[in-house]
Formats: sequence, structure tokens, C-alpha cells
Amino acid sequence: MTLVEEPTAAGTAPEKEIGRARRRKEDARLITGRTTWTDNMVLPGMLHLAVVRSPVAHGKITSIDVSAAQQAPGVVAVLTGRDVADEQGSLPCAWPVTPDMVNPGHPSIAVDEVNHVGEAVAVIVARSKVAAQDAVELVDVDYDLLPVVLDMEQAVEPGADLTHDHTSSNTSYHFVFDAGEAGTGGDTEQAFADAEVVVSRRFVQQRLIPAFMEPRSVVVQPQGDNYTLWSSTQIPHILRVMLAMVTGVPEHKLRVIAPDVGGGFGGKITPTPEEVITLLVARRLGKPIKWTETRSESLMTAHHGRDQIQFIDVAADREGNVKGLRVRLLADMGAYLRLITPGIPALGAFMFPGIYKFPAYRFECDGVFTNKVPTDAYRGAGRPEATFAIERIMDELAVELGMDPLEVRRKNWIQAAEFPFTTVAGLQYDSGDYEQATQDALDLFGYAELRAEQQRRRESGDPVQLGIGFSTFTEMCGLAPSRVLGSLSFGAGGWESASIRMLPTGKVEVVTGSTPHGQGHETAWSQLVADSLGVPFEDVEVLHGDTSISSRGLDTYGSRSLVVGGSAVVKAADKVVAKARKIAAHLLEASEDDLEFSGGTFSVRGTPGTGLGIQEIALAVFAAHNYPEGIEPSIDAEATFDPENFSFPHGTHLCAMEVDTDTGLVKIRKYACVDDIGTIVNPLIVEGQVHGGLAQGIAQALYEEAVYDADGNLTTGTFVDYLVPSAADLPHFDTGNTVHTAPGNPIGAKGVGEAGCIASTPAVVNAAIDAVRHLGVSDIRMPLTPERVWRAIHHGGDGGDRASARTNAQAVDSSEGPSTQGGNR
Amino acid sequence: MIPAPFAYACPSTIDEALQAVASGGEDVKILAGGQSLIPVMRLRLAAPETVVDLTRVAELRGVREDGDAIVIGAMTTHSDVLADPLIARYAPLIAEATETVADRQVRHRGTFGGALAHADPAGDLPAVALALDAEFVVAGLEGRRTVAASDFFVDYLTTVLQEGELLVEIRVPRREGWGMHYEKFTRVAQAWSIVAVAAAVRMEGSRIAEARIGLTNMGPTPLRASATEAALTGAEATAEVIAAAAQHAAENTSPSSDLNAQADYRHHLAQVLTRRAVTAAAGL
Repeated sequence: MTLVEEPTAAGTAPEKEIGRARRRKEDARLITGRTTWTDNMVLPGMLHLAVVRSPVAHGKITSIDVSAAQQAPGVVAVLTGRDVADEQGSLPCAWPVTPDMVNPGHPSIAVDEVNHVGEAVAVIVARSKVAAQDAVELVDVDYDLLPVVLDMEQAVEPGADLTHDHTSSNTSYHFVFDAGEAGTGGDTEQAFADAEVVVSRRFVQQRLIPAFMEPRSVVVQPQGDNYTLWSSTQIPHILRVMLAMVTGVPEHKLRVIAPDVGGGFGGKITPTPEEVITLLVARRLGKPIKWTETRSESLMTAHHGRDQIQFIDVAADREGNVKGLRVRLLADMGAYLRLITPGIPALGAFMFPGIYKFPAYRFECDGVFTNKVPTDAYRGAGRPEATFAIERIMDELAVELGMDPLEVRRKNWIQAAEFPFTTVAGLQYDSGDYEQATQDALDLFGYAELRAEQQRRRESGDPVQLGIGFSTFTEMCGLAPSRVLGSLSFGAGGWESASIRMLPTGKVEVVTGSTPHGQGHETAWSQLVADSLGVPFEDVEVLHGDTSISSRGLDTYGSRSLVVGGSAVVKAADKVVAKARKIAAHLLEASEDDLEFSGGTFSVRGTPGTGLGIQEIALAVFAAHNYPEGIEPSIDAEATFDPENFSFPHGTHLCAMEVDTDTGLVKIRKYACVDDIGTIVNPLIVEGQVHGGLAQGIAQALYEEAVYDADGNLTTGTFVDYLVPSAADLPHFDTGNTVHTAPGNPIGAKGVGEAGCIASTPAVVNAAIDAVRHLGVSDIRMPLTPERVWRAIHHGGDGGDRASARTNAQAVDSSEGPSTQGGNR
Repeated sequence: MIPAPFAYACPSTIDEALQAVASGGEDVKILAGGQSLIPVMRLRLAAPETVVDLTRVAELRGVREDGDAIVIGAMTTHSDVLADPLIARYAPLIAEATETVADRQVRHRGTFGGALAHADPAGDLPAVALALDAEFVVAGLEGRRTVAASDFFVDYLTTVLQEGELLVEIRVPRREGWGMHYEKFTRVAQAWSIVAVAAAVRMEGSRIAEARIGLTNMGPTPLRASATEAALTGAEATAEVIAAAAQHAAENTSPSSDLNAQADYRHHLAQVLTRRAVTAAAGL
């Protein structure tokens, strides 16, 4: 299904905006770039900042000579970590997942020790960006090299080299969820002891780079003791609080603005070293400062995602009924803990059971430090990792039992009549119908014909084999119920705020605390408000991203915006209507109880011809000449929505994969998916989110991997080597929906931002393995490069490591790769 | 990122260009389409003292016939190559390979001669030039010389071009009626070749009278699959014969190991892709 905006007959407004495939009102400015990207900001007297970065992954800084840089043309100041040691504090980590979690502290500029390649060791401030960049090469830094820790399995061995010399091990925390102990399931060890069949696998979730389109950028303007900070961030509200706490700039003296932001995918969810540095430098120099990263800097130093080694065991009986699930993770934190680094795998802990009725479940995770850039949220954040593991091992279980992979799933999944269903992980799944979504997906896919073709190709020994992969997934969205976050030791709540301002001319300003970075909030919120208030879509303006306009908010991540932020908008709109009702009753000289509100107009029941529009009431309230005693002359309203439960989108994704056994090249032949995301406000936005999510999930399966060489240099330091697919590399997507509304919010929406990304990866890998399983292949490590697929077919194993010493970009050694590091390497 | 400072010259004739190169100091880089040079300068992997920009040298552009050859100006862009009727008729292999070079934007800027002079082992055009026995016309202050393709590529990113010399045009023998095919293997569209094979075949009835096979990215320079060529010459063009000949495609190659492929896998790919390229070129 490819959607285009529905034509409407001139002059006939649709009955409802919700459900209409509106073209996004923000896209013209976003696509043309004629807007306020942070890097477009130019302020009088503005200075430019460039960062000198470590070329070594682990070492003691023995000396830094900045004298040549200080004397370079245009340079205003050069600051090292030592210069800001007393004021830079530590970048915050808001999620201590266990009470004894080790946090080594995260300076924005390294002071004594560097712990990953690309870590800041000094900054140059100059009158132009060119001057700043030229001076970077003039800073001489000497390092005493220390052992580099890169491999998690080695890092947790006794006596292993240490990522940080002041910690006693490389383990940050050991997090356990045991359903038996939690009272949500049986004894897991007993379940395995009694099992007729146990299947165990080790899966590798490779490290990924969020690779948002707009590189990060920060501008800080000091005005007296006030500071305005523009940043390409997902989290202006959280950033303001965190920067106040880290730098000591009082919260009320700091205004944070996220202007239009060009994507994030979780990659802009944490306060960054560069945001802290830019603020500190602006405070010290009293001048506006700008920092904008290059793409190479972004790939090397912005946080990464995924990076887990997963040991997963499933217990079942011979009939295919699952009896227990056991998961042990090693999760790579990188060198430091950023805002929610340790919480990502812990969030995933609750999703490993997937849609299946496991009677017993135990999860253990070690957060492990390595000398790499920190990990943190990346589209799905914990849930893609969990979904991959469970959906892969359900296929392996089916093979072990000699059953059809769909049959094993069907036997164990939650039935439609069983909702709401409390899982072995303690979550209460809200609504859905896995059978219906699966049946719809099979129909879209043309399952029977593809299976028949697969059979023909096998029998004829065709060099191109065909495979079919399933992913019947669910996820938890709508982050998040504040009390649940509290129980998980998260440092904040999960509510969202909105307010609605009725202007004298009847136009409407909606202020949302959920800050968009490309999702289409302005369009979707306008549709919500148009329906709630009965005003034209075009009469609604959505304001966001500026803490002095939108003072309360918790921003955008975890498919929360519509579910939580949109619900706050709807509740605020309901309050506007309730306030307007009192005015209307007064002006119409009727009882409130006799008024009905429809299509934006209050009218007196049974009295045709009476009627007062809410936009007229806005003017009447502005004039305030005539309003009831005892109320304030305003129909503006504010609301905060705190969900009581997560929402649980689900769906069935099917992939047919061609594998060229001569070369190992894989090619998606067909992809079909049916997602249940509850109420659909804008089908066009939903389709876009699903397509983009599929692209990213398929990219994890087939293309993307952050690779480090033996010295800890990022080999995939440019887009030549870090392969992000384009439309030319992706198939047509056949998409569909079932709709089971979410009971936990007034819209009934479940969230769609991450669905495609979470669901698709295991479907793609399962499909490739299904194509060549008869040739002896039972696993292929992601991404499925042609070389890995070829090796798995012809040499066995999972395809093995890639050669990491040379990049394809100009075929240089990665140690010579792009960097902004100083001299004296 | 921002390149290091450099001096810039923008000549409008070949003679002026040669003068600009001669007077440009120690480290002069010649800018053709800039699709390789500009990125490495922006990453500061290259920091030339002087950049001599050939964009305005009109005599370096265009394709003409000259006796038994077609002559392609070094500054002819990839997109002009794709649209050229002489290339389509006499050297369609060039067009077929050029079509796989990067994306539209790059093909509008990048040039035929620039790609050859850059001599990236993963670039598509050197192996094509080698397979077609192209000749490279090189100009210097002392005059011009002509170099065979087999002598032009010396090492990794290195050609016979000496300091002060310019590649001005490439002469390609007319091969009307030959079967040609470029078989390229990449992970995503727009990427450099992991391995690619350029094949040109002259058929006489059902036999292969002549075969020329160039290999991309199987060593520091483009290579000919000589043993395969020898096995095919005069042979019946059957699937079995071609497959057997292609088994020799990786002989005397020394490919590198990188993120996309280790050397042994490249050896294997060369064989598979040679079989496919020759099969297509022979019209099977």
C-alpha cells in the first residue's frame, strides 16, 4: 500500500480529521531546509568551536602543548580538560539500574585519561570555523598508552585489562529479573531441568550508529547571567534540567531551544559533551559560541546503539509447547554511561518473552565497559535486541522439533480472547489479535506460492535459493507510566504536558512538551485538535521545543509522542471545550446541560438556529465584556497525561529472501507486514514511519555495523564503510494494519515510531537462514554481508569476523581515517 | 570538514595548465571532477600546496573519431560518456561500466580521465580501459607521449604520470560487433566495486575468436585475466567451456582484505563474476 493524500471535494470539510492521510504541514520547510536548523543560526560576534579529539583508545594524557594553537590566526582561546576540570562536572546518567551500579564518571573533556578514540581532549575557540579547524592540528598531546579493552567476553574474564584504571572490573552492573522471584512465573531452573527439549543459541547484536540526517549542532548565547542554548536535540526539556545540574547555571537562567531537528533515532537523546563544553565556553568568554560536528565526527563520537552478546535458552516439550526462557546478556556500555546507557538492555529485559506464554523466565545482564564510544538509545532501544533473540530462537526451536515455524508460534502465542494478558515478565499486554494480523500478512505475502517456489528451487538445485522468515512481534511503547519508571529506578517520570491557547481570531496555538525531530507532530496534533475543538486543521499551530514557550515536557523517544503527548493535547482540548461551555451557556442564555457541542459549535438541544462557535467564543472571551460571574475570562487550558500502562503494538512481518549461493549475495524478494498500532490518526505518517523503520531494521540485518580495529579505531568512519541503505537497496513494502485500540489512552493509539525497526530484523535473518538451512547453515552473523553468507554456506559457522584493518574509503588504514585529532600521534 | 589552505589555479588551455602545474610548488594536485580529491582534502588526508582546476580547459572534453580509434577527452564527464553515440557504438563496455559509477550527481561531476588517473583499484574504469587495450595520451612541457593501458597503471593509486604531466586523452580501438559486459559486485547501489569483471568477446560463429577480460579490485592495479583469455581463445562458447576457463580468473592476482571481503573470497568472486561476464558478453 502506498498512500497519497486523499483528494477532497472543494468546500466539503471531512467529518473527521483523525484517520485522514493529511500531507505533513511541516515538510515543505524541512525538505527545502529553509528553516532554523541550529547550524543556520548566526549571532553577532559569534565564535566557533572545534574539538581536539583523542587518536588513542586508552591512555594517560602526559602533556598537552597548546601554545602553537593559541598563537594561530583567529584563535581566541584553547581550553583543555584541566582548564575546565572544576566546572565541567560529569555528564549525567539517569538510570542506575542496580543500587551498586558502577559509574566511572564522564568528563566532557578528558582530564587525565582518555578512554575511547574521539574523546575530547581540548577545544579551540576561534573567530571562524576555518580558523578553529586549522588550529586543531597545532595542539600536541602526548599519551602513555594503556591496554585497550574491546571484546566483552574477554573483558569480563578475571584479570582482564581494565577500561578505566580506577574501577575494579569492567562490569558496571549485574541486573537480574527472575519471574519466579517476582511472582510472575514459575521456577526457571526447574522448567529447564524438566524440559524434553532445550535449544540454546548465542546471538550477536552488532554495534550500530544512529546516523541521523542532521549532524549535531549547538549554539549558546550568553545575555548577562542568562543563557540561551540551541541544540539539535530530542530532549530540550531534559537537557535544560541536566545542564543546570551539571554546570551550575541555574535552571531559570537557562533557556533551551530545539529548533527544527533533522532526525535523531535516539541518537540525540542524551546530553552530550559538546553541549556542556559549548555552554562552559560561552560562560567563560561571554560570547556566543557555535559548534557543529562533521559527519566523520558524528560517526566516531555520537553515541552508538545495540552491541549485545545474547545467550538464550528455550525449553519446550516435544509437542512444541514452550516451558521456559533463560537469557543472559553482555551489553556493551562503551567507555562511559550516558543518560540511559545502562537502562537500554534492562528495558529489553521485559520484552524477551515476546508474544508467547512462557510459564518461566529468567533474565540476567552484565553491563560491560569497553574502550569504545558509549552506547545509548537507538530506535527501539532494548526491544529490537529482545525481539531479535526470541524470534530467531522460535525458528531454531521449530527446526529442532521438526515443526513449521509458524505452527510453533501459533501454539504458544497469546490468544485474542486472553487480552488483557499479564506476561511472565509482569507486563500487562493491552489488546490485539496475533492470529488476525498473521493471516492478513500471509495473504498480502502470497505465502503458498512462495513456499512452492522455494520447494522448486531446492529440488532443482538452483544456485539462487529462496527462504521465508517470520517475525510475530510485540513491543512496549508509550513511555511511560511514571510510577513504573520509578520502580525501575529511572530518574524521571514519563508523563507529558500540553496546553491550548485560543487566540482572539479563533486560531489555536497548541503547545506540546513532546518535541518532534521529524515525526510530524505539527500535522498529527493539528488533526487531533481539529476534531476535539471542531476547528479547521489549518487554524491550528503547534508550538514546541523552546523551554520558554513549552515549559513542561519530557520530549520524544520510545514511540511516546502520540500515545502520551497526543493524549495530553486531547485532554487539554477537552478542558477548553468544558471552559467554553460555561461561556456558551451564558451567552446563549441556556443551561450547560442543555448544550450540545458538535462541529465546533455549541447549540441548545431542540432549538434549531441557535449556535455559537468555539472560535467566536474565543473572541468573546478576549473582549471579556460579557462572561459569567465567578470564572476567569479565559478558555485556555493545560493538561498533563501520565499513562497507567504501556501500550503494546504488535504485528506480523514476513520476508522472502533470495540467496545467491555462488556469491552469498542476499536480496529481499518480497516483504509484507501487518501492524496493529491501535487508532491511526494519520495513515500517511504511519506509512512513512513503517517504511523508515523497515529500512533501519533491514539495515541492521544486512548492511550496518560499527567495526573497530584491534587498536580501537572506528574502521567504519565514513558512509563509504558504514553502509546506510538507500531506496535503491530496499524492496517494495506491502503493508497493512489491523486496529485494536489501546485502552490506556483517550486516542486509542499504541505508537508506531519503532515498530518496523523492531520487527523486521529477525524476519530478514530468518528468511536468509531458511533459504540455506538445507545446506547446513543455522546462523549467520549480522550484518549478512555476502562474504559472511558465502562462508556460512561453504565453510560452516556464522560467517565470522570481517577484516577490520582496512576501510574501503580510499582504502586507507583506519588509523589514518578521518579525524579532527591534533598532531603528535 | 574544511580542507587545509591551498593555492588555486584555473587555466583554460592545456598549455596554461601545464605551466600552472610546473609553477605550483612542491605538492600540486590536479582537480578534474573532484569526486575523489575533494573528499580526501576535506578529510585532510591530502593537503596539497596547489590545486590546478581543469574545469575550464574546453579542449579536454568530448569524444571524436580518429582512424581506428575513438578519442575520449580526459575531462569528459561520466554523464557525457553515457550519452555519447561513438562510445555506445564502438566501446559500449565503457558506457556499461560508467553507468555503475556512484550516483547521478557524481556522474555529472566526475570525469573519465580523472577516474583513470586516480587509479583507485576499486574504480570501475581502469579495468575497462585495460580490457579494451586503450592508449593514454600524456602531455608534458616537453611534448606528448602515448602509453598503453598495460603500462599506465603502476601501483596502488599510482600511474606512469610524472610530476608536471597531464593525462589529456584516451584512445580506444573501435570494436564494432564485439560482445561486451561489465559484471560488478557491490553490497549497495552507488558503492565501489568489491570485485568487478569487464569482458569483451569477439565471436566467430559459435566460437570465441578473441576474449579480453579486465579485473577490478583484484590487486593494487587493474589486471587482465590472461589465463582465462587464453583458455577461451578459439574455444566453443558453451557454458562448460566458459565455466572451466573462468576457474583461472584469479590466477596471478593479489587482492586486499577489507571490510567487504577477504582475499580468498575475492579470488572466488573473480571466478564467478568472470564466468557471468563472459557468458553475457558471448550472448549465451
